Amino acid sequence: MRGQILISRCLSLLSVVFGVLLLTFLLIHLVPGDPVEVMLGESATAADSAALREELGLTQPLVIQFGTYLKKLAQGDLGQSIHTKTPITTLIQARYPATIKLALVALALGLLIGIPMGIFAALHAGHWQDFVVTIISVRFSAMPAFWLGPLLMLLLAVWLGWLPVSGMDHSTSIVLPALTLGFGLSAILTRMTRTSLLEVLNEDYIRTARAKGLSERTVIVKHALRAALLPIITIVGLQMGSLLAGTVITETIFSWDGIGRLLVESIEKRDYPITQACVLIIALSYVLINLLTDVLYRFADPRMRHA
Amino acid sequence: MMAKTFAISVLVFWACAVLLARVLEVHGNEIDLQHILATPSLHFWFGSDDLGRDILARVLRGAEVSFLVAIVVTLVNMLVGVSVGVLAGFYGGKVDRLLMHITDVFLAFPGILLAIAFAAVLGPGMLNLVFALCLTGWVSYARLARGQTLSLRNRQHVQAAESLGATPFRLMLRHILPLLTSLLMVEATYSLASIMIAEASLSFLGLGIQAPSASWGAMLRDGVRYMLVAPHYVLIVGLSLMSLILAINLGGDYLRDQLDVKSV
Repeated sequence: MRGQILISRCLSLLSVVFGVLLLTFLLIHLVPGDPVEVMLGESATAADSAALREELGLTQPLVIQFGTYLKKLAQGDLGQSIHTKTPITTLIQARYPATIKLALVALALGLLIGIPMGIFAALHAGHWQDFVVTIISVRFSAMPAFWLGPLLMLLLAVWLGWLPVSGMDHSTSIVLPALTLGFGLSAILTRMTRTSLLEVLNEDYIRTARAKGLSERTVIVKHALRAALLPIITIVGLQMGSLLAGTVITETIFSWDGIGRLLVESIEKRDYPITQACVLIIALSYVLINLLTDVLYRFADPRMRHA
Repeated sequence: MMAKTFAISVLVFWACAVLLARVLEVHGNEIDLQHILATPSLHFWFGSDDLGRDILARVLRGAEVSFLVAIVVTLVNMLVGVSVGVLAGFYGGKVDRLLMHITDVFLAFPGILLAIAFAAVLGPGMLNLVFALCLTGWVSYARLARGQTLSLRNRQHVQAAESLGATPFRLMLRHILPLLTSLLMVEATYSLASIMIAEASLSFLGLGIQAPSASWGAMLRDGVRYMLVAPHYVLIVGLSLMSLILAINLGGDYLRDQLDVKSV
C-alpha cells in the first residue's frame, strides 16, 4: 500500500518537474525583443551575436530547442556563462554548498528557537508569558529579510560589535545571515508548537499519564511532545521553500557567496543562462524537499502508515 | 479594538501623507550635495540620503509607488485568478485537471523566486515589475476560488437555480461568486501586504522601479550601503514599510474576524 502511494506521488512529481523544466526553459524567451542583443549589449558585433545565437540554439524551432535543453540537462550540462564561458555546472558546484550550509544552519536556529519558545508559551497558556511570545511570533513573522537583516547587522555587528558585518571569512560570519533567514521559520514554529502542544495536552492519554503519577516533565517530554511535534515535519518541509527563496536576498545583504547571490549577479550582468540554471536548481531542490517531507511524514506518523 | 484603531489610524495617516505630497508636488529628486547623509533636523525631518535628497519626501513618493503597485497587482491577480478558479471548479473535468497542473507547476517555485526570474528577464521598470508580480500572483486566487466553487457547486441553492434554467454564467456570477466575496476580501487584504513586500524585495535587488524614482526597496538597499555612517536612513525607511505592513495585516485580521472567514 505504502509503495503504491509512493509511486503515485513520484508520478505526479514527474509531471510537475516537467512543468518546471518547461517554464524555466521559456524564461529566456520572455526577454523583450532579441535576447542576444539584450545580453551582449549594443557594442556587440554581428559575428558575436550570431555566434551566441548559434550557441544558445536560438535559431532552431522552439520544440527542438526544448528537446536539446532536456538532453543537455540529462547529461548534467547546464550550458555556460555567456561572458566568462565557465561551465555553469562548475559555478553552481562552487556556490551551492554555501547555500545549503546557510539554509541548514538557519533551519537549525529556527528549530532551536521556535520549538522551546512554543513549549514555553503552551505551558504558560493564558498568562503574560504566553501573550508576549504570541505577539512576537505573530507580528514579527512578516519581517522581510531586507529589513530584518540590516536591523540585526546594525544591532549585533555595528553597535555591539559581536559578529562580523558580512562576508564569509570568519566562522561566526554565518550567524547573522542564518538568523535573518531562520527568524520567520522560528516564529511559525513557535505558533505551531504552541497550538499543537495545547491540543495534545487535552487528550485522554495525557490525563492517564498524569493519573499514573508520572512527573509533569515525563508527561510533557515523553508523551505530549512526541505527538505534538509531528505536524512540525510538514511545516518545516513547506517552510524550506521560503528559506531557499530567502537566500537570494539574505545572501545579497550579507555578501554570502551562495547560489542566491550567483542568481542576483547573473541578473545584473544579464547572463541569463546562469539565471535560468539557478532558478531551476532552487526550484528542483524545493520539489525534492517537498517529496521528502511527504515521505518522512508518512513514516513518522503511525496512523499514516496504514492509510 | 486597539488593533483596529491602530490599523485605521496608520493607514489613514499614510494615505493623507501621500495625497499631501501629491498636492504639494513633493518629488524628493532635488540633489543637494552640500547636505549628504544629513541626520534628521528641522530642515530635513527624516535626514537626507547619499545625494542629499530629502528622505521624507522620498519615503512619501515611495509609499505612493508601493500603494499603487500593490493595488493594481492585487486587482489583476484577483480578476484573473478568480475567473480561472471559478471556471475550473464549475466545469471540472479536463479543464480543471489542466489548470490544477499549471498551478502545481507555479507553486513548485518557492516564494518570490519566480517573480525574481520573471522580473529579471523582463528587465527593470515599473510596468515589468507589475507584470512579473501578476504572472506569479494569480495562482493562489485560482486555487482558493476553485476549492470553494467545488463545494458550492453542489449546494442546494445552486442546483435549484440550475433546475430553474439559469445559465452557467448566471450561476457562477449570481449564485457562486457572491458567496466568495468575504473570503476574497480577506485574502486580498493580506495580499496587499505581501505584494508590498514583494515589490520592495524586487526593488531591493535592483529589479523594480529605477532611479531617480523613489521606491522603498531601492532606498533600503542604499540605506544598507551607508549603514555604517548614516544608520537613520535604513531605519526610517524600514520602519515606514513595517508600520504599513503591520497595519494592513491587522486590518486583514479584523476583516477576517468580522466576516467570520475561517478558511484563510
